[in-house]
Amino acid sequence: MTDIYLDNNATTKVDRAVVDMMIPYFLEQYGNPSSIHKFADGVAKGIKTARQQVQSLIGCEHDSEIIFTSCGTESNSTAILSAVKAQPNKKEIITTTVEHPAILSLCEALEKDGYTIHRMPVDKVGRLNLDAYKKLLSDQVAIVSVMWANNETGTLFPVVEMAEMANAAGVMFHTDAVQAVGKIPMMLQDTKIDMLSLSGHKLHAPKGIGVLYLRRGTRYRPLLRGGHQERGRRAGTENTASIVGLGKACELALEHIEYENTHVKAMRDRLERGITEQIPHCFVTGDMYNRLPNTTDIAFEYIEGEAILMLLNKAGIAASSGSACTSGSLEPSHVMRAMDIPYTAAHGTIRFSFSRYNSMHEVDEVLKVMPGVVATLRKLSPYWDGNGPVANPEEAFKPTYA
Amino acid sequence: MWDYSDKVKEHFFNPKNAGAVVDANATGEVGSISCGDALRLTLKVEETTEIILEAGFQTFGCGSAIASSSVLTEIIKGMTIDEALKVTNQDIADHLEGLPPEKMHCSVMGREALQAAIANYRGEEWVDDHEEGALICKCFAIDAVMIEEMVWANKLRTVEDVTNFTKAGGGCASCHEDIEAILEKVLAEKGEKFDPEAAPAVAKPAVAEVKAPMTNLQRIKKIEQVLESLRPALMADGGDVELVEVIGNTAYVNMTGACNGCQMAAMTVAGIQQRLMEVMGEFIKVVPASEMSKLVNIA
Repeated sequence: MTDIYLDNNATTKVDRAVVDMMIPYFLEQYGNPSSIHKFADGVAKGIKTARQQVQSLIGCEHDSEIIFTSCGTESNSTAILSAVKAQPNKKEIITTTVEHPAILSLCEALEKDGYTIHRMPVDKVGRLNLDAYKKLLSDQVAIVSVMWANNETGTLFPVVEMAEMANAAGVMFHTDAVQAVGKIPMMLQDTKIDMLSLSGHKLHAPKGIGVLYLRRGTRYRPLLRGGHQERGRRAGTENTASIVGLGKACELALEHIEYENTHVKAMRDRLERGITEQIPHCFVTGDMYNRLPNTTDIAFEYIEGEAILMLLNKAGIAASSGSACTSGSLEPSHVMRAMDIPYTAAHGTIRFSFSRYNSMHEVDEVLKVMPGVVATLRKLSPYWDGNGPVANPEEAFKPTYA
Repeated sequence: MWDYSDKVKEHFFNPKNAGAVVDANATGEVGSISCGDALRLTLKVEETTEIILEAGFQTFGCGSAIASSSVLTEIIKGMTIDEALKVTNQDIADHLEGLPPEKMHCSVMGREALQAAIANYRGEEWVDDHEEGALICKCFAIDAVMIEEMVWANKLRTVEDVTNFTKAGGGCASCHEDIEAILEKVLAEKGEKFDPEAAPAVAKPAVAEVKAPMTNLQRIKKIEQVLESLRPALMADGGDVELVEVIGNTAYVNMTGACNGCQMAAMTVAGIQQRLMEVMGEFIKVVPASEMSKLVNIA
């Protein structure tokens, strides 16, 4: 059996067609795009095409609204720091408790600088309360930053509606859409979203390339200053090969967007149904009725995620976990805590994320392996007794805190 | 993915003594659900000889927690309970051919479960004397509780102070912000304000004024003095240091006990060297005594 990769929300395989597009930019057209000679004369054109390919995928009005960056994190930092710098008198930021660390850590740092951060909570399936959101919007808010899709559960936030609300209140709106772009259709020109971050390596382009979409007319301050690249909005020599690769990847993503929402979704659904039917005491986290087509996050009670991953890895299956131990921290994932998932389950969450490279055959293989993995670890667990959890598990085993 | 040793993997994939011992007469339960590890250790102790006949574990936890539990049961089977009480968390880690710094707490949990089980056997109540906080300095494996205690006890005010007292922050510098946050918190509790530009509260040990160069005898005595002052800290970690020879400005030392073979030994040696240089006001090189034979051979 060949290895099965179900960790596509972490990163993806680069599409062969993308690699093929990139190679000439390493070996032939390696000139600096700013140079006037034949080593560079095709580069500007390559970048222009790529810009249009990204534009088509996200449906923005102008290709000049695309700024190439080095990654999703850079796009996020640029967006938020630009908003606070361009509006120095606005000292509040609205975000959510379940954002990626790329947003949360930055907000924490800004909090130390005196900013008030409104972190909106979520309910047990990861949904926001839009009435509460509306009350937070005011002329004191520099920017709202809300992710389009959650990286762990795939849950979608109503960013189009939230951007309308922000716009009506005169507040800038940014969305971290690294998990959403290429997986669900979007048409930015019909929305009031001012800024959007995307990352190449989540959609079969290489690592080290990202995009910040910046709606025309949005107030802006660059993060990196220097040369005139990207019209001075992001200085630094262009990562030409990766830009061209990202363009191709966006074109392919657009071609496959229906496949993603039919075939890929069917694989995800089959895996999820198979696991929850076969294995007792496990449940899907997040909003099952409003999420990415490729993601399922399942909590296996009374066992720990890293141990599950190690056994899966031994069986040739790659996934990821929200447990504390996989990251070396003491707390399980902040997303699971935000949804109030109990500790005995939060440590045992496993995320399976698909791509168009997966197959139904692979789903069946995982379904063969998974029940055994869970049973093996439950046999070791002090919370498990024979065929079920011990009665009243939180009471039956109350260890001394160490 | 963690860089686990083959031994950790072996004990994880094929754990020994999993499950509860039937008719056990000693049980120890430690851990914390919020942190994602908890361990129940059950023992069967022969009452006349006090030899541990059987040991079994039930663990909710990650790969290294399960491996630590498994190897612990193997280590203690056949020991008397007095012998078993001498098993340190470093012994558990050593049997596993090392654990990543973030995972050392798994071995601590093993040792504590053992102590709890033996206390239970003796009808005593086991009190956890060890509180573990979030790992702050990954280079030197120093946690938040340790730093907080040192800041309180020694009136530390700056990151530099914290580094001088605990080593935390002396490596890659990625934890400096976290250390500042701890300083801010503790100083606030004391009604003071953290000033990132403050001079260190504890002045570095004044560089000894050396009028004439030290004689070799003076130098050796001085080095002995400094090592003596560092000994309590090393012994707290279950290790020790011994001065073997001084040649010129090179001091040859033996790291013994838990320091011997410990992954942190190299960093400890560097720390000793730093301290010696500060006190003696001259360049001193600290070298493991094992290097000395090479020198002799060359000579």
